Amino acid sequence: MSDQTVFKVIGTRPVRHDGVDKVTGRALYGADVRMNGQLYGAMLRSPHAHARILSIDASAAEALPGVKSVVTGADLPAIADKFAATGEGAINLRHLSGNILAGRTALYWGHAIAAVAATTQTIADQAAALIRVEYEVLPPILDLATAMAPGAAPLHPDVVTNELGEKGKTPSNVAEHFRHEKGDIAAGFAAADVIIEREYKTGTVHQGYIEPHSATAQWNADGQLIIYCATQGAFGVRSEVSEILGVPISHIKVIPTEIGGGFGGKVSVYLEPVAALLSRKAGGRAVKMTMNRTEVLAATGPTSASIIKVKYGATRDGRLTAAQVWMAYEAGAYPGSPVGAGSGVILAPYDIPNVVIDGYDVLCNKPKANAYRAPGGTNAAYASESALDEVARALNIDPIEIRMKNAAKEGTRRADGPIFPRIGFVETLEAAQHHPHYTSPLERGSGPRRRGRGVASGFWFNFGGTSSASATVNPDGTVSLTEGSTDIGGSRTGIAMQFAESLGIPVDQVKPQVVDTDSVGYNDATGGSRTTFATGWVVYEIGQKIRTELIARAAKMLETEPGQVSFENGVFSNGAMNNIPYAQVAADLDKTGGPIVVSHSMRTKGEGTAFATHIVDVEVDIETGKVDILRYTATQDVGHAIHPSYVEGQIQGGAAQGIGWALNEEYVYDKNGKLLNAGLLDYRMPTTLDLPMIEAVLVEVPNPKHPYGVRGVGEVPIVPPAGAIANAIFDATGVRMMELPMSPARNLAALVAAAAPASG
Amino acid sequence: MAVVFVPPLLRERADGLRQIELEGATVGALIDSFEALFPGVKARLVEGSRMMPGLGVVVDGEVQPDGLRAPVAPASEVHFVHAVRGGLPLRRS
Amino acid sequence: MSHLVVNSTVNGEPAEFLCEPHETLLHALRDTLLLTGTKEGCSNGNCGACSVLLDGVLVNSCLVLAPEVEGRQVTTIEGLTPREGLHPLQQQFLENAALQCGICTPGFIVASKALLDRNPHPTEAEVRHFLAGNLCRCTGYDKIVRAVLATAAAA
Ligand code: FES
Ligand code: FES
Repeated sequence: MSDQTVFKVIGTRPVRHDGVDKVTGRALYGADVRMNGQLYGAMLRSPHAHARILSIDASAAEALPGVKSVVTGADLPAIADKFAATGEGAINLRHLSGNILAGRTALYWGHAIAAVAATTQTIADQAAALIRVEYEVLPPILDLATAMAPGAAPLHPDVVTNELGEKGKTPSNVAEHFRHEKGDIAAGFAAADVIIEREYKTGTVHQGYIEPHSATAQWNADGQLIIYCATQGAFGVRSEVSEILGVPISHIKVIPTEIGGGFGGKVSVYLEPVAALLSRKAGGRAVKMTMNRTEVLAATGPTSASIIKVKYGATRDGRLTAAQVWMAYEAGAYPGSPVGAGSGVILAPYDIPNVVIDGYDVLCNKPKANAYRAPGGTNAAYASESALDEVARALNIDPIEIRMKNAAKEGTRRADGPIFPRIGFVETLEAAQHHPHYTSPLERGSGPRRRGRGVASGFWFNFGGTSSASATVNPDGTVSLTEGSTDIGGSRTGIAMQFAESLGIPVDQVKPQVVDTDSVGYNDATGGSRTTFATGWVVYEIGQKIRTELIARAAKMLETEPGQVSFENGVFSNGAMNNIPYAQVAADLDKTGGPIVVSHSMRTKGEGTAFATHIVDVEVDIETGKVDILRYTATQDVGHAIHPSYVEGQIQGGAAQGIGWALNEEYVYDKNGKLLNAGLLDYRMPTTLDLPMIEAVLVEVPNPKHPYGVRGVGEVPIVPPAGAIANAIFDATGVRMMELPMSPARNLAALVAAAAPASG
Repeated sequence: MAVVFVPPLLRERADGLRQIELEGATVGALIDSFEALFPGVKARLVEGSRMMPGLGVVVDGEVQPDGLRAPVAPASEVHFVHAVRGGLPLRRS
Repeated sequence: MSHLVVNSTVNGEPAEFLCEPHETLLHALRDTLLLTGTKEGCSNGNCGACSVLLDGVLVNSCLVLAPEVEGRQVTTIEGLTPREGLHPLQQQFLENAALQCGICTPGFIVASKALLDRNPHPTEAEVRHFLAGNLCRCTGYDKIVRAVLATAAAA
């Protein structure tokens, strides 16, 4: 991308194409699907965090008038061990299946046990409650220390510790251990003038999308299975359902509805295979299943609780000489926490010569961890950015200054080996340093209200992946753009804008649609901040091809060679006197060679990583422990903002989620492993009253690999907030919070402990 | 010859080497050369005809979706890393 | 299961429907009257996705029993949309990019209308206070609050 390029569409802020449907309530989401003769499903879930299932008796449920089918784990085909790439690592498909409906053992409170389909939701709910399950209750494992203790009872008899392909000999709750290493760690610490070593804990949190999961399935007698669902990726649903049910992909059509948020939690299936089985058993009637909020919190989503130890060494002038990290993440009931990704995030912003990182993926009796926006990143950065703040304070160096001194740049080697290409981390620091927020003095507060300012930075990999799309030029000059990327926050428009720019038409002439798995080529899910990057790139290529073809058609009409024809401002011309408007070329396609339809597919590379630096001012009430966010500024390298409003929106939304994670959100379990706060009153996400305006500062360091310089922007904004807020709380109170969330109760306890006279 | 960075947990099997120069036009061929020198390393990196699920390969700073088939230039630098997919679900490969 | 007959006015038109005694207004709207613009996020009054106006007063329709609307006026997002064009709040939500996934949007627009009906020129603090019963997980509220303030400023 050349710096001189003048863009007509990119960088503008058009109203999104699906906007009117969404502000009028006409857009159809998962639970808005309604098929003729549909049945309603209900799930029976385990009341125990860990229990052997001795027997299931569904006779009373089946006898209830209106009940059409009942399924249990026994209805799922047996699956042999087979590992497949998913989420942040590999998953055993047998485990994927076991999470859909429990086999012999219920592994967490809310684990699906059996399901019912009936003519009304009321009957389905009643019937589910009539299913009798006999359990042998087992002791649950609810924290990392217990799970990792030598001799701990293993959750799965078949899970052993995997150390880069080397398998342990005996079953273990540590499903994986890995290491990154760079330089000479002992020499690095020996060269340090100051060493800070700390241990941090973080709680289990949920993605918190407002739309509960919903799926409607119809399995016809001819073996064709149709699934409507709100998902981040229809093709992923197709693959998972195919594997879990043993049905060929060609028999499954997934029709994605609009989606009410996902943040990683709607990449995998939960209800879809169950609704399908219920439908087949009910003679092919469609079955709709929708979770309630308790089910969403108890059985989907969450991301890992963790323990993270960080040790930094630095010279007197603030150069980091060494860093050692030990991090353990809860995977929940099946292997697959995002600890690998977290290990890539934790030291990424800095050029540290000597590094060791050890990571552990650990099983426990909680729901299977799912991806959540920059998976594993927020808790990792909370730990490393808190410890770095202590280094800066020990050396009396400004927090942005110390980050600047050690900042990773193009050519810096990451802890896990690869070298960074052109990145914009330093630029985010500069933007923060010169921002009026940072240069303005902080009014310190008075009495019990103490104010402080904190800074933290963050990194996220981003992902490229595979996208496909296709475009048809209509006779009126509009273009129908068919894509398979779930639009979760306005990406249809960001993609249509890149197409419009490439072809050279106004964006309101593009009609983007997200279609089903039979109607477009393969697309990876919307995740990894990939959609605007990868699908945008695909439609750029389509735009170029159509442009070339249109020039050829115009050349025919102008009776000249394509090489003589230019296309500018909606007009084809081969000289001042001879031109022909785009509309006419489109209208006459049939006379110049027939319709123009172009498809394109790419496995992209060169996604370009993302960095961000956040500044926050807080006020801590030291009598209650409550923290208010007074001011929040987020600077981010966004590559090149296609639709700046939606880029800002990603940053603001990600920051808000990070703030919730930092201050309030956490799963609370009783000692038996029952989730005590499975509702939105007690699982407390930020409201309008908890947040100020969030200023998003877009720093544009174009990604050299993408035709329009795009980098993924969606995930990194959730990475810095918890660290920034912890640092601000310290600045306000002199108390360092070592555990997330920094809720009023926990803050108050720490404040009281710090105020108590040291005992002798 | 491409430079392959030996993952820390594999160094024990490779005489403690941190990096090694290997012959091969693709990632798969490099791993075969590696195996010829240090029998047993391949089984830690490869499953059947694909990279071990969960493992990604980076050549010259770029994650390679083609895995074992990804081309390698004589001066390339190759790393085996955690496959980070931003939480993407199962894909048929 | 015995059903009740309910006579009410929904979006200005007489609506007679059957419901189970324990059924919520939210379910009657969505499943019986097929007005699916009103969304369900929690079913227990904690997200505001199901916001509607009952005799002009903002309520969570998941906390109102369907039989309770006998003889009363219900306004949903569908009723707030004018015959032609968009309501000023709808227009401002679009122009301010105040929605990402959009699942919270109908609830926010209905709640914002309730606010502006009683307080046509609210401050930012008043907007935040009034909308605190509506959750949005995507936007961080910044652009939603701006859209409401912009609507008030243009009125
Ligand atoms: S569905 Fe009514 S408040 Fe959430
Ligand atoms: S836009 Fe998604 S919840 Fe508000």
